Amino acid sequence: MKRLNWQIWAGFVLSLVAGLSYPFLFSEWEITRDYAWANLILFAIAMVLLILGLRRAFKPDKGIVSKIFSSLAAAFGLLLLAGLLFLVFVAFRWLPESAGAPQVGQKAPDFTLTDLNNKPVTLAQLLSEPINNQPPKAVLLIFYRGYW
Amino acid sequence: MKALSDAGIRVVAISVDKPEKTRVKMVQEAGYTFTFLSDPKLEAIRRYDLVHAEELASGRDIARPAEFLIDPDGSIRWRMVTENFSVRARAEHVLEAAKALP
Repeated sequence: MKRLNWQIWAGFVLSLVAGLSYPFLFSEWEITRDYAWANLILFAIAMVLLILGLRRAFKPDKGIVSKIFSSLAAAFGLLLLAGLLFLVFVAFRWLPESAGAPQVGQKAPDFTLTDLNNKPVTLAQLLSEPINNQPPKAVLLIFYRGYW
Repeated sequence: MKALSDAGIRVVAISVDKPEKTRVKMVQEAGYTFTFLSDPKLEAIRRYDLVHAEELASGRDIARPAEFLIDPDGSIRWRMVTENFSVRARAEHVLEAAKALP
């Protein structure tokens, strides 16, 4: 009787889950986004399953087809892992130098930009206009990438 | 974000997006209520040295992510200029920094 090599299948599916859940799920929360540990744990389990499945497929009594399929599945899982590692450890750090960005203690450079109603707004205005009928204690500037 | 405005902190978000785009993406879809400013010519972004030139995904010049806390005198009290896209400032970091304000 032919028994299913469940390790290779489970390893394959789990590496799919581990690879795709970072962009589509775990990046939603700061704790799993800042460092992709949840996905790396999933990948570790997937890799163990794939290795077990490979060992089983390469026993002498197994046919060439199962050897080929399990190798493909393992290679695909490895590729997904490489993709995630590349994204998290290389691509996310492709940022230019910002040596000239103002430091703590320095004066914040003033600017005039338009708000959502196309009205000009200056930093000085933002620092002085009241919120909740009181002068603001501070202004938090958030520069973000935007959607273009 | 509510905690920030309760603490008297005005949150101002700046990007190269045009106001129409921001209204759709940030106000209608994401439901954010803070002040949005549009900097399509990268005037403020350049002055703060935050230009990400020819960014890979867009091919355009955009802002790299960064946050600055500025007191009413215009001095920078705290900042975060991240080296990693996925790591951004959290509200609790800002509130912690704001405690030192007069």
